[in-house]
Amino acid sequence: MHYFISPVLWQFLVNWLTHFALFPPEASSIAPYADALYFFLILISLVGMALVLALVTGFSILYRKERNPEATQIEGSTLLEATWTIIPLALFMVCFVWGALLYFRIYNPPTNAMNIYIVGKQWMWKAEHPGGQHEINALHVPLGRPVQLTMISQDVFHSYSIPAFRVKREVIPGRYTTVWFTATQPGTYHLFCTQYCGTLHSEMIGEVTVMKPEEYQAWTEGSTSGMSLAQNGERLFASLGCNACHSGNAGARGPNLAESYSTRVQLTSGSYAMVDDAFLRDSILNPTMHTTAGYAPIMPTYQGQISEEGLIDLVEYIKKLNTNYRVQQTLNTSQIQSPVQNQAQSPVATRVQQPAPAAPAGVKP
Amino acid sequence: MSTIVMLPDQQTASLPKRSYLNEEYGLKSWLLTGDHKRIAILYLISITIFFFIGGFFAGMIRLELLTPPSDLMAADTYNKMFTMHGIIMVFLFLVPSVPATIGNFLIPIMVGAKDLAFPKINLLSWYLYVLGGILVLAALTLGGVDTGWTFTTPLSTHYLNTHVITAGLAIFVAGFSSIFTGLNFIVTIHRMRAPGMTWFRLPLFVWSHYAASVLMVLGTPVLAITLVLVILERVIGIGVFDPAKGGDPLLFQHLFWFYSHPAVYIMILPGFGVISEVISTFSRKRVFGYTAVAFSSVAIAVFGFFVWAHHMFIMGVSNYSALVFSLLTMLVAVPSAIKIFNWSFTLYKGSITFETPMLYAFGFIGLFTIGGLTGVFLGSMGMDIHLTETYFIVAHFHFVMVGGMLMAFLAGIHFWWPKMTGRMYPEGISKLAALTTFIGFNLTFFPQFILGYLGMPRRYAAYPPEFQVLNVLSTAGATVLGVGYVLPLLYLAWSLKYGKIAGSNPWQATGLEWQIQSPPLTTNFVETPVVDYEAYDYEWLANKTKHEVQTVG
Repeated sequence: MHYFISPVLWQFLVNWLTHFALFPPEASSIAPYADALYFFLILISLVGMALVLALVTGFSILYRKERNPEATQIEGSTLLEATWTIIPLALFMVCFVWGALLYFRIYNPPTNAMNIYIVGKQWMWKAEHPGGQHEINALHVPLGRPVQLTMISQDVFHSYSIPAFRVKREVIPGRYTTVWFTATQPGTYHLFCTQYCGTLHSEMIGEVTVMKPEEYQAWTEGSTSGMSLAQNGERLFASLGCNACHSGNAGARGPNLAESYSTRVQLTSGSYAMVDDAFLRDSILNPTMHTTAGYAPIMPTYQGQISEEGLIDLVEYIKKLNTNYRVQQTLNTSQIQSPVQNQAQSPVATRVQQPAPAAPAGVKP
Repeated sequence: MSTIVMLPDQQTASLPKRSYLNEEYGLKSWLLTGDHKRIAILYLISITIFFFIGGFFAGMIRLELLTPPSDLMAADTYNKMFTMHGIIMVFLFLVPSVPATIGNFLIPIMVGAKDLAFPKINLLSWYLYVLGGILVLAALTLGGVDTGWTFTTPLSTHYLNTHVITAGLAIFVAGFSSIFTGLNFIVTIHRMRAPGMTWFRLPLFVWSHYAASVLMVLGTPVLAITLVLVILERVIGIGVFDPAKGGDPLLFQHLFWFYSHPAVYIMILPGFGVISEVISTFSRKRVFGYTAVAFSSVAIAVFGFFVWAHHMFIMGVSNYSALVFSLLTMLVAVPSAIKIFNWSFTLYKGSITFETPMLYAFGFIGLFTIGGLTGVFLGSMGMDIHLTETYFIVAHFHFVMVGGMLMAFLAGIHFWWPKMTGRMYPEGISKLAALTTFIGFNLTFFPQFILGYLGMPRRYAAYPPEFQVLNVLSTAGATVLGVGYVLPLLYLAWSLKYGKIAGSNPWQATGLEWQIQSPPLTTNFVETPVVDYEAYDYEWLANKTKHEVQTVG
């Protein structure tokens, strides 16, 4: 056969027949649920389409002019019209409820999910694992464990899409968005940026690798930078002089941060707020947004001074901060070493965009 | 109650001595005209030019996507291609397509008026459109724009160095042309109906244009404000959309889609009007459930304003607000379903013939049904997560806008061509064109649904090789589709000189426009018509024809 047609075309045809797919692989616990809804939607579309097609062709044949030279005028039929209002409405309501259930499944992460941070920028995806593994345009996840991605963009809108998992979420500058999944099939899958983000939008792609738990363990150990995000955060915390006020001492000028994560705090306005990633990020960049009750709004803004990765480090640090012992320790050392020196020696320096402000005067011992 | 209508003998028809076309001569008489029919022709010429410019970009996009890497053009060039395609097709073709051409020509005649309420504003609206078009061409020739037609911030405000301001101004200006057209229609339909032309005697074409006009007048200003904010953000950095200054980039999405979702109804509603007229005429039968069809247009216009956030399900809006918008989206799908079934049942016990407009109308019903049903996929929140921002949404949008709206536009152009020009288009080749368009369309856009579910993102200059087969099918289809669109351009131009003379009512249709000569006089009617019959009253028409035959005899 392939003697008769061009080899290029032949290869193309063979390729087509062997690689032709109608559905992406089902590689997450969500995928079967999404596909079930998809099949239901296809089913009602086919029924609807078949009905309209049957009506139009049937009437066209039965009542064509040659066969039916006289049109019979009919005003309408309330009963029929009510039928084709109510039945589609009912079907659409099923689609609505089903879709809503799926939506809440996809966007409400389980509480035991492991967290990975994603930073999007033109045109790459950076993944930051709490254990200190940093990846670009790649994501390694363990099989069978819920993974939550906490994502932010440092420039324009991006969108994190893994078709094989049927999950996607917009990655927005200035606020965290999250998505979660549990991978169910080992393998390598596409990662796309699906929100148009400028020139190399179509190169903002990568691979998601799902690994068996023991392989994942080996990968984690083999690719860590040696510093966990929380450790990076601790250094940053010290070098920015955060501990000067947030020392945890009774008379400190800033609130105690130890064990503050996922608690409710009362604000100056009297309302309560949940301390989560977004709250911490906002408090660092825009401190007057929520001032904790009982404290003066004296914290300076750190807008433009800390990169998104640095903010993630700080958030991760505060998240895991159980006691103020080390905060106070660092406070003592920072009095001996000048903060500038401290910074120059530390790899954390790269995470600070501008020289950190000098430690405020009048630090309490 | 039965109706037999005989087609008049076109052999005996002759072109009227005086008509709006030969009332005055010279370029000036066209450029300074207040006649809604001449303005409609001006619009028709200009939107055709922009359609083919936009079509050229579509062709380049499909050509680039023939192969997986971005090898035909650089990624930047590709981005400009789809941006220009989107801007031109949406703002300079789809929005004005039916209302500004066919609507402009017919609304006054259908309600029995001499002209629109504000002829000079109507002309101004065309000039604004042209100015907008020139600005778009300026942005294009200066180097293009690569924001995508959605102008997403902060990409469009802080990260691109292309001619965003020029393009934004262009759409701002063209928006006013749309507002003026809408305003003119609303006032004309309210105030200038002929004696006896009650609201429920209006053709459904007028009802759907009324609904679309309300959307134009209420929605377009929001787009104008949004674009002004984008321009101000670029020029002086006011920071409304900039998170670093305390602005909110999501606000742009809300504002943009607050217009741009109703905008798809601005585009499709006039198309619904065309289909109602065409199906009724070629079935020789009153539209099934006139009131339901009329009110479903109004319902679409009302609900259409409250569904915009379904473009933002994955953008981190509150889950509960997403819930409300999804519910409303499902509700807005119902009136469209009602229309489809009502049109189908209009055929029941009709006396159907299959002229070209009818073929386009059948194409519309099929493709719009698919487009509408895939809209339910996207309105269903959980499914939307996987499908949005992929080729599924591209396919859905094109099924509604190209499969639906463009089919309706072509149906309308063929249907009223005899009225506009006094001559018939050639029937054989136009049927071939309708068929070519239908086949080419399906081949182009159906594979894109599959690509979308496979996860291929939209606006990609390069894509993974496993998506190639479906992309090749799509590109092949686009060439067929291209032929389908060039054909009408050629034979319609040919028919201006060589087409058979149409006579005043070649289709034996009931609308007021068919009771006057083709092409009409500048004043449309010799004397103000008095309407004493319902819309789509084929018995009235049969009696009238019999009466005329007797008079002549």
